[in-house]
Amino acid sequence: MITQAIRSQFIEIVGEEWYKDSTQERYCYSFDATPLFQAMPDAILIPGTVAEVAAILKVANHAKIPVITRGSGTNLAGGTVPIHGGIVLLMNRFNKMKEIDLQNLTVTVEPGVITADLHQEVEAKNLFYPPDPGSMRVSTIGGNLAQCAGGMRGVKYGVTKDYVLGLQYVLPSGDVLRCGGKNIKDVAGYDMTRLLVGSEGTLAVITEVILKLLPLPAYKQTLVAYYDQLIPAAQTVEQILANRIIPATMELLDQSTIKVVDQYAQLGLPQNMKAMLLIEQDGHKEQVKIDMHQIATLAKRVGAVQVKIAKTADESKKLMMARRVALSALSRIKPTTILEDATVPRSRIAEMLSAIEKISNTYQLTICTFGHAGDGNLHPTCLTDERNKDELKRVEAAFQEIFETAIRLGGTVTGEHGVGIAKQHVLKYQLGATSYELMKRIKRAFDPNQILNPGKIFTSEHRKRLVVRK
Amino acid sequence: MNDHLQTSQKLMDQLDQCMHCGFCLPSCPTYRQVGLETYNPRGRIALIKGVATEKLKLNAEFTKHIDACLGCRACETACPANVAYGNLLESAREFIVQSDQKSNWIQRFILKHLFTHPHRLYTLGNLLWFVQKTGLQKLAKSFRLLNLLPSSLREMQEIIDPVVSPFIRRKRKNLSPSSSHQRLLSVGLFTGCIMDIFFYQTNQATARLLTSLGCNVVFIKRQGCCGALHLHAGYKSEAMQLAKRNIQAFEQSKVDLLVNNAGGCGLALKEYHHLFENDQAWYQRAVHFVEHVRDIHEVLYELSPLPFKKSLNIRATYQDSCHLAHGQHIRKSPRQLLQQIPGLEYIELEDADQCCGSAGIYNLTHFPMSMKILDEKMAYVHATNAQLIVTSNPGCLLQMKKGIIRSGLDKQMQAIHLVDLLDQLIFDGDNEIVDRI
Repeated sequence: MITQAIRSQFIEIVGEEWYKDSTQERYCYSFDATPLFQAMPDAILIPGTVAEVAAILKVANHAKIPVITRGSGTNLAGGTVPIHGGIVLLMNRFNKMKEIDLQNLTVTVEPGVITADLHQEVEAKNLFYPPDPGSMRVSTIGGNLAQCAGGMRGVKYGVTKDYVLGLQYVLPSGDVLRCGGKNIKDVAGYDMTRLLVGSEGTLAVITEVILKLLPLPAYKQTLVAYYDQLIPAAQTVEQILANRIIPATMELLDQSTIKVVDQYAQLGLPQNMKAMLLIEQDGHKEQVKIDMHQIATLAKRVGAVQVKIAKTADESKKLMMARRVALSALSRIKPTTILEDATVPRSRIAEMLSAIEKISNTYQLTICTFGHAGDGNLHPTCLTDERNKDELKRVEAAFQEIFETAIRLGGTVTGEHGVGIAKQHVLKYQLGATSYELMKRIKRAFDPNQILNPGKIFTSEHRKRLVVRK
Repeated sequence: MNDHLQTSQKLMDQLDQCMHCGFCLPSCPTYRQVGLETYNPRGRIALIKGVATEKLKLNAEFTKHIDACLGCRACETACPANVAYGNLLESAREFIVQSDQKSNWIQRFILKHLFTHPHRLYTLGNLLWFVQKTGLQKLAKSFRLLNLLPSSLREMQEIIDPVVSPFIRRKRKNLSPSSSHQRLLSVGLFTGCIMDIFFYQTNQATARLLTSLGCNVVFIKRQGCCGALHLHAGYKSEAMQLAKRNIQAFEQSKVDLLVNNAGGCGLALKEYHHLFENDQAWYQRAVHFVEHVRDIHEVLYELSPLPFKKSLNIRATYQDSCHLAHGQHIRKSPRQLLQQIPGLEYIELEDADQCCGSAGIYNLTHFPMSMKILDEKMAYVHATNAQLIVTSNPGCLLQMKKGIIRSGLDKQMQAIHLVDLLDQLIFDGDNEIVDRI
């Protein structure tokens, strides 16, 4: 609860213009991109300086008011839903690109910078920031760090955590600290940078980010392979890696996704195929051509019915379109689209895909699977209607089985979306009690009053103040 | 709480179609300016849903948030889930009208007492001509009488071109026969309401182009305002009344196609069937009507190559009309037509399909926000180094003229409707733009 006195303190810090607490304003911050979760914050604060962030945290920490740091609110695990009320700390005024360091190949940005804007800026200088989550035109770098966002280029280039060199962050106490920097090697103490990346706003508020950049690859080529069975598609992925080739992207679409995508975009995809793989390689032209030729040969040998290498950039674009429009195509069919991200080691994709198909049949659900086959990160996507309570129960049961299968195969319940609220019931099961407790102790060391994004990652110790389910 | 609202199952279904993914955020001009959820489509849909399900009050704050939307529908282009945002917005504004929330008085006056009455509009045109012709406008300016107007009207009056005299307007014949040896089509020209006063010449140019390409052009009797502004403001019954009048006029005219030259009007005409979903007979008539509506750029592109008589050695760029691009999905034909002009160097404008802030009468009702949006647009326009910015909708044209003055580009750049430009390059006569550049 925010008392009159605290409200005045907050307003004194950020100014009247940047403090919002009308019912309708709060209502607009009661949800993010996650289906089914909604809860009202007490106020929205939009700080403009690090000093303001520190001052806000001090007040909130003293009064034990929850603080939910937020960028564009596109996360898919309920990470920014204020289930215990409190204040939403909106970071989108921190939107400056501070420096592109051409000697060290780093970029220093504020957390509110939009991911795609960063891409554009560095690519103009022939540099490359690989993480490209599906929401990159909307999402902020701060949000990407909080969730350790992935994307389609994970196979070869890794994910957000592989590019963060240093941070400035603020603790609930109001202390402004730095970790890491522009050093490629730095083992002075624990790696706080890596710890904060993916911490979902539960440990600190990030106010500045130093990211590593790569040279922009000179050449890129795309290949598509169609399969009349699911297993050979997965085997192709395994074979490519086993042959010491690491493509930039390996995306898979299953038959139900192919059908929906083709109905939507009329790309002329063969609807009788059980799966399609989209593979991209980048780098030096000669090497890319050699790799692509070898990939095509492997795909055919394993059992692809048809393999086609794009001849022009336009053709590549058209091929990748099938993957890019997948979410759009799927989300038009039913009101509620639940996109999951169970992930397994790449050698287990075939088993995972068959399991998903079986589970989908058992529970009589429409589950379309597409995703980043190259890094084992699949997106089984359930098309449902949140108003159909009976079906929702089956959806929950089905996903529970999918999670259990992923863990059994040595995988994880979440590859890139985070735990938030959506996965917290399975976290302990995956980690084991001791790891789970250790993580909670780390949380307490940073945030003894439990004000930073309470009720996320770990199941809550407090009673939830507001209705969580819509 | 909000029990007087008529929320249909269809409305609820459309609201539920939004999965709040946020993909619309960067496409929203007001969100780009303000950065708050209350100023983007995802937030507005949440508010509409909140009001429709009685979780939120329909109060002055709701009105403020809903009124701040330009209605440009760029979010519909960005939306992966195909949410019918335009419909949701119209429903929300209808709620507001039903609930007697005070709307902007300028808007109320223009919509209820002016645009619905063709005769009043005609008289307004005459009056305006008189004021301009007799130098009363200048006089009023020098005596600071314009200060009596609200600031938005005062600011926008400077961009209004001289209107055509009543004597010339009265001479218009109902039919301009094809001037080509072919007779391809009989085309009705939708003249619009305000369009025919401020842009009479553009309507005439449209007719000239069509006749030269083998069309008989009919100025259909008894047609009137398309009703777009009424619908966007929540005055649905007025919009329905206007729609019925236009449908009837079209049916009696027996033309093959009904062509318009204003992206905003065109979209409203193409969506007439949405108005009559509860009236089977009128719905059928509306569907028939909609099937025959075309934007002039679609038609010209189909009939191209155009018989250009002159070349134009300049650099030009194109600003999309929101309702043409996002609403009617017409992006290619105006660009292609421009690029067919001999000598013209075409340069694409960055974010060309972002609203310029004109948005019907938004620049009168929300002047400061409209100007912020315009200033961002003009920065991109400036970067093109173009000498000419071409539009496909009269509202955008006026706003671009305002933008050129505001950004101090008036010595180096002009704005023109594509139809007027084509007309000047195909026909001899009054070649204003061509001569000035």
